[in-house]
Amino acid sequence: MTELIDFISNNLQMIYIVVLMIFVGVEVIGHVPAVLHTPLMSGANAIHGVVIIGAILVMLGADPENKLALSLGFVAVVLGTLNVVGGFVVTDRMLEMFKKKK
Amino acid sequence: MEYIFGLEFIYLIASVTYIIGLKMLGHPETARRGNLIAAAGMTIAILGTIFLYQGEVPTFIYVLIGVAIVIGTIIGWLKAKRVQMTAMPELVSLFNGMGGASAALIGLIEFEHYHGQTLSIVTILGGIIIGSISFSGSMIAYGKLNGTFNKPVRLPKYNMINNLLLLGLLVFAGYIAWTHSDSQLFLYLIFFAALAYGVLFVVPIGGADMPVVISLLNSFTGLAAALGGFLYGNMVMLTGGILVGSAGTILTFAMCKAMNRPLSNVIFGGFGDTDTTAAAGGTKVTGSIKKATVSDVAILMNYSKKVIIVPGYGLAVAQAQHAIHELEQILESKGVEVKYAIHPVAGRMPGHMNVLLAETNVEYDKLAEMEDVNPEFKSTDVVFVVGANDVVNPAAHNDPSSPIYGMPILDAENAKQIIVNKRTMKPGYAGIDNELFYNQKTSMLFGDAKGVIQELIGELKGM
Repeated sequence: MTELIDFISNNLQMIYIVVLMIFVGVEVIGHVPAVLHTPLMSGANAIHGVVIIGAILVMLGADPENKLALSLGFVAVVLGTLNVVGGFVVTDRMLEMFKKKK
Repeated sequence: MEYIFGLEFIYLIASVTYIIGLKMLGHPETARRGNLIAAAGMTIAILGTIFLYQGEVPTFIYVLIGVAIVIGTIIGWLKAKRVQMTAMPELVSLFNGMGGASAALIGLIEFEHYHGQTLSIVTILGGIIIGSISFSGSMIAYGKLNGTFNKPVRLPKYNMINNLLLLGLLVFAGYIAWTHSDSQLFLYLIFFAALAYGVLFVVPIGGADMPVVISLLNSFTGLAAALGGFLYGNMVMLTGGILVGSAGTILTFAMCKAMNRPLSNVIFGGFGDTDTTAAAGGTKVTGSIKKATVSDVAILMNYSKKVIIVPGYGLAVAQAQHAIHELEQILESKGVEVKYAIHPVAGRMPGHMNVLLAETNVEYDKLAEMEDVNPEFKSTDVVFVVGANDVVNPAAHNDPSSPIYGMPILDAENAKQIIVNKRTMKPGYAGIDNELFYNQKTSMLFGDAKGVIQELIGELKGM
């Protein structure tokens, strides 16, 4: 229990951010027309590719002797990049279709 | 110290670009720029993480990271650039799965480094479980959308099995955290059990509901990324992850609302599965259908004043978007007023039809939204339903026992004549009969959408 209380007081800043970001996320979606649901989903999909930062940190912090960690980290960076690059490019291609709005 | 400050500042900017980007994605005029802004923010966050890292890192690790990023960029770029319009939803699902897998792998590696720190271990296990479910679930959704396995598979008592598995997973994870176990065997057990749960979670759900499932798994991956951020005290992962987690959840509900179905109904049951539908009711439609020939339809359209086209998934599958646009232009040149009636969830993702038709440069104001076009059907001579089914099924209005009862539909039945193009009489994704096909005013024009429309164009040109 003390561990939990310590954790909360040590990470209060992060907890604040979590709570506020939840509200921002809800607000931002608000009243989006159904037409844009798919590009929006795709754009959000690209943004959670931010997980790649974690994969890079794993690699940077890994013990150079630990082959397993390095290999898994390598795969994680490849997959994370796929998520980011593929996500943004495919969203852009979807939205390209909308540009000829008159 | 100043370097770290620089990195934190970059993360702050990146977080702001995600918020602005998502906001702009919600408006047609700014959407494309919003996506680019978020992408720019992501790029600086990645570069900053690599180049402003504090600590001794052997060069070969930098090389490995560089190689990994180049591989991911090339594959991701090519996949996204080459994909057919019709295959975009499944590609989003694929990329979503990659993010989930990445989050799960991070957890697998970090597990041994946080031994004894209960809450960090909880965070890691959470990331592994959520990331793995998101990965395997997305892969199944991908397979369902590209037709590898499009039948919902339901084990007996699948809801109970799934819930028990999930409960078991959580209890086991709790046990690992509580006992400070450092067993790699347990860790991988959790990992594989979570993968299995992801499969079992998505397998029973029908293909028509995949957009909702993908959106849900999307917010799962966001959550997994955020857990990683919590573990490292990394602000940009935290903000990006939570933002997507929360926005994705709201989006999931918005999609369900467009289909007028509660989320629990999508996940736990009863749609896109003929057995359950039969058990749930849904009046069996009987009667005879009328078949039309291409020349009948061409003559009918030629002498109409107003034609409304109702496109559906069949149009996308047949790649008939260019053909239908040509048909529209020929009819217009003959003085026929032509419009497209777009149901928000026609196709396999919301907005699917808009995107598909925009590809062929159909004029934007010819695409009419459901609420605007519904009153117009009464004054329409011919409705041409191309590969759509459930979105024009009158059972949604008048059959309370039907699983789609209450779903907003296009009132195609109010038109003077209805032409339905389908390949066969097979029911649509909801797996139910459509009484519209048996309507006195309806004629069926069987065949592949593209071939049929091209024949129609040929006939019309000769008139």
